[in-house]
Amino acid sequence: MTQTITIDPVTRLEGHGKISIYLGDNGQVEDAHFHVTQVRGFEKFSEGRPFYEMPSLMARICGICPVSHLIASAKACEAIMSVRIPHTAAQLRRMLNLAQMVQSHALSFFYLASPDLLLGMESDPAARHIFGVVAARPELGRAGVGLRRFGQNIIELLGKKRIHPGWVVPGGVTEPLEAFKRDEILASIPEAYKNVTLALNAYKKIADSFRAEIEVFANFPSNYLSLVNEDDSIEFTDGTLRLIGSQGGVIEDGITAARFTEVIGEAVEPYSYTKFAYYKPLGYPDGSYRVGPLARLNIVDSMGTPRADKELAEFKQLEKGPVQSSFHYHHARLIEMLYGIEKIEQILSDPAILSTHVRATAGVNRNEGAGQAEAPRGTLVHQYKVDDNGLITWANLVIATGQNNNAMNKGILQAAREYVDDGKFTPGALNRIEAVIRTFDPCLSCSTHAFGQMPLALTLLNADGETIDQVIRS
Amino acid sequence: MNDTVDVKTLTIDGHEVSGRRGQTILEVARENDIEIPTLCHLDGLGDVGACRICMVEIAGSAKLLPACVATIFEGMEVLTNTERLQKYRRNILELLFAERNHVCSVCVSNGHCELQTLAQQQGLTHVRLPYRNPQLAVDASHERFTLDHNRCILCTRCVRVCAEIEGAHVWDVMGRGIDCTIISDLHQDWGSSSCTRCGKCVQVCPTGALFDKSKIGSDHPKYPDFLPYLNLMREAQ
Repeated sequence: MTQTITIDPVTRLEGHGKISIYLGDNGQVEDAHFHVTQVRGFEKFSEGRPFYEMPSLMARICGICPVSHLIASAKACEAIMSVRIPHTAAQLRRMLNLAQMVQSHALSFFYLASPDLLLGMESDPAARHIFGVVAARPELGRAGVGLRRFGQNIIELLGKKRIHPGWVVPGGVTEPLEAFKRDEILASIPEAYKNVTLALNAYKKIADSFRAEIEVFANFPSNYLSLVNEDDSIEFTDGTLRLIGSQGGVIEDGITAARFTEVIGEAVEPYSYTKFAYYKPLGYPDGSYRVGPLARLNIVDSMGTPRADKELAEFKQLEKGPVQSSFHYHHARLIEMLYGIEKIEQILSDPAILSTHVRATAGVNRNEGAGQAEAPRGTLVHQYKVDDNGLITWANLVIATGQNNNAMNKGILQAAREYVDDGKFTPGALNRIEAVIRTFDPCLSCSTHAFGQMPLALTLLNADGETIDQVIRS
Repeated sequence: MNDTVDVKTLTIDGHEVSGRRGQTILEVARENDIEIPTLCHLDGLGDVGACRICMVEIAGSAKLLPACVATIFEGMEVLTNTERLQKYRRNILELLFAERNHVCSVCVSNGHCELQTLAQQQGLTHVRLPYRNPQLAVDASHERFTLDHNRCILCTRCVRVCAEIEGAHVWDVMGRGIDCTIISDLHQDWGSSSCTRCGKCVQVCPTGALFDKSKIGSDHPKYPDFLPYLNLMREAQ
């Protein structure tokens, strides 16, 4: 008799998702699926719009990482215009992207993941949230809020709005940076260092107590993909893509946005609205890979900033070769936050940062273009085709969550096999299976936010659809 | 009273006011700091009474009159802001929003849009009518400007400014009823039309239907205030 366990919706994620765990006749877990249950349709309804509107239109995909979409989209538009943006504009965008990475990672780590990490996987679900963290560890709660404010404040200073700033446009940015804004950002940096150091130290102290979870939280060899600079250092905004294998060897290097679809394909599974990206020469699913903080840190040789480099060296000691457990995404996220703060400080020390040459202009000089950037969750690619007037005729977006999709599915199967025993499970097991997904910090569909307290039901059904066991959280 | 007297006295919202023969209710109201909301009206352009937002009540008449084109008469009693008028104005705005695709969040005129501002002023909190969601084209063929029919409310300010002020009469309206559409010349692409590239139509457009390509991403306020000055200077010559 086969049975299905459903976790719907999965909580503390950006967007709506659901997990199904399929049990075989012997009560053992046979398969597990992570479903993304909403279609968004951005690729379709952007058809007919002028290409120069695309950055602001695409930014609306997500309220957490609108900047990543702004940047990937603007770069795709610049490929259509065939322009190279001014140095200052590139640096300002880099800073905006890093500010967003810091605030998004702070959201993921402190608001979504830290209740599991600091309060415990088995702790009372009614208090397992950011307010619970604030009550139990006020200094860490404050650090999380502070780091989010740090990133959001930079976004607001540069783009006038914390969410969906319209400042990034094809050709550069609309306005140069003013000196007082630079000084305000610089003044907020010492506190940001303090907060991220506090979080890193706290995490390292507790990481050891999660050894069991580290073993089974999407812990398997896989390929990894991310942007990287020519000197093998980490890069979020420019550079080219590198794909490495499970042992760390380079499979393909120097992948530009224009070549992305030549090498990366997207498979479709009937149970999810999110596609499954794979490296074409290896086929699907063997060519599946992971993106995001873990992938980036596995791929790069250095962060290019002193404090983060020290942390990276320590991170690389976790395993021989690439760090394979997705649990370590949390650690990687904290190191990236540290890097972001250091890099922002470096960028602001460049005297050219106040230059007023921040925008290149041009019309349609090519009928297609692609742009790529590292979103907090991983590689993001936008590709557009336009007619001679610049109206979009076709758009394709490859988002980080789609590229992590196969690993997330494999990850929940691995965890379900560990935590669901003979068809039985506990509330702690349920939370651990969700926590596997949280390590990836997927962004499923930011149009559907949790409002109030989201209900969560884990149901065990037999083949006739009868409920055998149920845990309900409301 | 003799109707040939040049000065007419009337009341607007209970205030005793006076105006010259031939003046519209709107002109007299504004001279006396009484606000009547408008949308298709623009100082410096001829009025057509297209949008019906400025409708007012006249004592003794069951019909509502558009203040921008209705002229005053002696003893007229005008009410500009009754509950009935407020309801009608909101209805008109709801119809405008439901008719085409007005998505403020991604519109170049967000924050500077007269339709958006008016809806806020009139307390329009939601649209009860089903949206028509028509599939409308965007004309991006012009070198500098774009026409997005999705955001057009057919106020015809662009038609009037092009014909009356620029003298080019590139813009006009094609079709009937709900199928009305702004066209350039004899329905050809704006980019290949006889447009003089003066940009007046962009400045007078109350929404994001006509916009400057280079302003994407930045604040895109329109500056229609040039019209009365332009008229004044032309008269002075």
